[in-house]
Amino acid sequence: MNAGTADLLEARDLARSYTVRRGLLGRPTLVRAVDGVSLTVARGETLGLVGESGCGKSTTARLVLGIEPTDTGSVTFDGGAMPRSGTAAWAHLRRRMQMVYQDPLAALDRRLTVGVQIAEPLDIHRIGTAAEREERVAAVMAEVGLQPHHAARHPQSLSGGQRQRAVIARALVTNPELLVCDEPISALDVSIQALVLNLLGDLQERLKMGMLFVSHDLRAVRQISQRVAVMYLGRIVEEGDPDAVLHDPAHPYTQALVSAIPHPGKTTTRVILQGDPPNPANRPTGCAFHPRCPVATPTCRTQAPELKPRRSDGRRVACHVAHGEAAAARAPASLETC
Amino acid sequence: MVDTISSTVAAGGSLLARFRSLLERLNRMPILITIAVLWLVLMLAIAVSADLISPYRFTQMDLRNRLSLPVFMGGSWAHILGTDELGRDVLSRLITSIRMSLLIAFGATIIGAVVGVTLGFVAAHFRGIVEQAVLALVDFSAAIPFLVLALAVLAFFGNSLVLFVCLLGFHAWERYARIARGLAISGRMHGYAAAVHQLGASPWRLYGRHILPNIASTLIVSMTLAFPEIILLESGLSFLGLGIQPPDTSLGNMVGFGREYLSSAPWIMLAPAFVITATALCVSLLGDWLRDRLDPTLS
Amino acid sequence: MLHYLLSRLLRAAVSIIMVVTFVFVVLRMSGDPAMVIMGADAPPEAIDAFRKAWGLDQPLWIQYFSFFEAIFSGELGRSMRDGRDVLSVVLERVPSTLALTVPAFLVNLVVGVPAGVYAALHRNSLIDRCVMVMAVTGFAVPSFILAMLLVLIFSVNLGWLPSAGQDSWLNAILPIATMGFGGAALLARFTRSAMLEVLGQPYIRTASAKGLPWSAVVWRHALQNAAIPTITIIGFMLGGLVAGAVVVESVFSWPGVGRLLVISVANRDLGVVQAIVLMIAITMVAANMIVDVLYGLVDPRMHGQARPARR
Repeated sequence: MNAGTADLLEARDLARSYTVRRGLLGRPTLVRAVDGVSLTVARGETLGLVGESGCGKSTTARLVLGIEPTDTGSVTFDGGAMPRSGTAAWAHLRRRMQMVYQDPLAALDRRLTVGVQIAEPLDIHRIGTAAEREERVAAVMAEVGLQPHHAARHPQSLSGGQRQRAVIARALVTNPELLVCDEPISALDVSIQALVLNLLGDLQERLKMGMLFVSHDLRAVRQISQRVAVMYLGRIVEEGDPDAVLHDPAHPYTQALVSAIPHPGKTTTRVILQGDPPNPANRPTGCAFHPRCPVATPTCRTQAPELKPRRSDGRRVACHVAHGEAAAARAPASLETC
Repeated sequence: MVDTISSTVAAGGSLLARFRSLLERLNRMPILITIAVLWLVLMLAIAVSADLISPYRFTQMDLRNRLSLPVFMGGSWAHILGTDELGRDVLSRLITSIRMSLLIAFGATIIGAVVGVTLGFVAAHFRGIVEQAVLALVDFSAAIPFLVLALAVLAFFGNSLVLFVCLLGFHAWERYARIARGLAISGRMHGYAAAVHQLGASPWRLYGRHILPNIASTLIVSMTLAFPEIILLESGLSFLGLGIQPPDTSLGNMVGFGREYLSSAPWIMLAPAFVITATALCVSLLGDWLRDRLDPTLS
Repeated sequence: MLHYLLSRLLRAAVSIIMVVTFVFVVLRMSGDPAMVIMGADAPPEAIDAFRKAWGLDQPLWIQYFSFFEAIFSGELGRSMRDGRDVLSVVLERVPSTLALTVPAFLVNLVVGVPAGVYAALHRNSLIDRCVMVMAVTGFAVPSFILAMLLVLIFSVNLGWLPSAGQDSWLNAILPIATMGFGGAALLARFTRSAMLEVLGQPYIRTASAKGLPWSAVVWRHALQNAAIPTITIIGFMLGGLVAGAVVVESVFSWPGVGRLLVISVANRDLGVVQAIVLMIAITMVAANMIVDVLYGLVDPRMHGQARPARR
């Protein structure tokens, strides 16, 4: 292991595009799912990644795990470059970095019992003797709040929350240093969501894991993260302390997201976004957000803003207006702090 | 430890429950399916115990009793189904032929499934050019009627039992390949297979332990549907004199040789013809029924 | 649509190339063709002459390309038996085979489609049951058994029809009946299920609910929609007819291409076998391509997509 100061995970300028082809001889279109994303996750830190569906946050999650190859950019894990997916070195790294999925039923094999599946990473990586594996499975199951008798059950006979606990147990059984959660609570019943969210937070704190928490739910991200990054059309547009970002969003898109959170008993001005929802196959020029932005200036149409610290407080944001480089077309929508 | 015991007990319990639900399902079987199953069990029993139950050796000649009539046409009980032109006991030959034909059909079905599933998985795993090559092979085998292809191979390579079984094994391989590829790709795209891959599993574990068991029921149904086709193909080729060669005997081969005595001794040909038809009918009825029960996705 | 045609043409060409390659590979894998064909005890000069005549002394890839060249210029070699040009040996048999397969195909259509439609319209009636039993029997009774049963009944017992040869049109009746039955059974079963599926669609209920006479509903809406999937199995049936011709011509000693194939395989007359396989493959590929294109024209939903494969 490297010195504790180094970041556990560092991704630099990740880009990934897909060609979508209609028919055998149709014209291929390039879809830029991720377009220049850089992020870091330190040991024991949780980074929340927020954005609406289609903004590339799930692709980013798969890229940092090395499941998918990057077009350009690099992923460094614990000081070493990410090996290519499917190689022995890549497979070996899996015991140190794990994933929790959106749909736990789909992520589990319906033909095998939960106990067998939780033990599978130990089998794959040949960790411990049979007895030790059994002990470890029992321990990790207790840790995530599953009963011993659940081991003999098949996934389809468990409840949604129990399934997600099983997926988490399988991810934790090798004591990973990095846990990537891709929308881990959005497929669960609302009553279960808080429980699983708390469980993930507790586990992260107790096991001192680095965690990348991908979600479209700003409040969940705020509850669990030490840092939050907001994504729009394949790029990070704002990054900072969750409370600060929620109280004082710098980017107009973040302002819109924050204003959409319902607050009982408080009246806030909702920023209603104009224009079409984002389409990664047809990315606008300049700042990708400008067609929907209430404060867009002519510069925004032509020049893509850079993600850099704001002069006033050091918040990292990618917006000409927020940096004061361009005068707002009209005053930014007044937002009452919440 | 207590956990293990309780989990074994629970697993045993679920196994028992499964067995019970299987019995319940059997109870709800239509009468036709029951008959089909009984016929197939009978055929299997005959194939397994062929040496014990056949009254004569299938090559044993009785030149004084040539072309003797079967019992139901007024013949003697010495040869229940009569004898052929060399005085060989038709019943004994039939029993040996059933064993030979079933053995070939089983062997060929398994070869076809193994080849097809392997190629389908290979296509799904590597994608790209490998997948295109497999798909081109699939196209190719749809381009020629299999009987003609088989005849061509037999013409070029000559005939041997091993070659013959392997050749029949290639019948329907592309069906398994298509199923295996499609299901493996959809499994890898989203869901359990992608998750197992992320756990660091080797391709062997991924395909062998996870994907294969998950698509097994679809494959078994396809095998049940291909099995009678192989029986018919084998008997057709043997009938044409291009399959099983004497002194070995198979059902189609018996029909082929019986053809020359069609007017004087039709029983030589009728008994194996009936067995071929009944067996093909029963397996395909069972296959259709299984398909409706287990796998509504196959049309 | 042009894209669809082009890509379909491309796939057909690839299939043909693969068939030719297959024949070449099998020919080479089966050992030294000179030794195989001339026999191991043939005099060395004769084997050398044979090698030269077939180009077997050239490097493999040159042989491969000259093989293609020969095939596309119609030079398929000579029959081992009588030394005649293979192509003419095969082509002179084609009319006999067509004399069986074309009427058999018509029988398939004329019997199979109406039976299937009738069975679907009168579901669970006695006739439906009969059609289904016939359809299942048509699958389970292989053509050689059906042929021999017909011979047993109509030639041996009743003495109405000849059992072999090609002396008069009476000789063709039993072979055509044999081939006609199997295909008709398959087609009836398929048409029935296609019709049943269409009849269960909401637009049929709408059509009859808006007061259209039932016959008009069946004719205008159900039949035309059920015809689309039915077209797809015509290519498949063609394969069945070819395979059926091989068996049936052998049973009835009918001097067609199928019987020639069986005899040539038994005699290992490789030139003839190769010519027949190529001819059948090209016919099948062309027929399947035409069916695909027809399908693309008939069904607007299929534009830009390949027909779902089936065999």
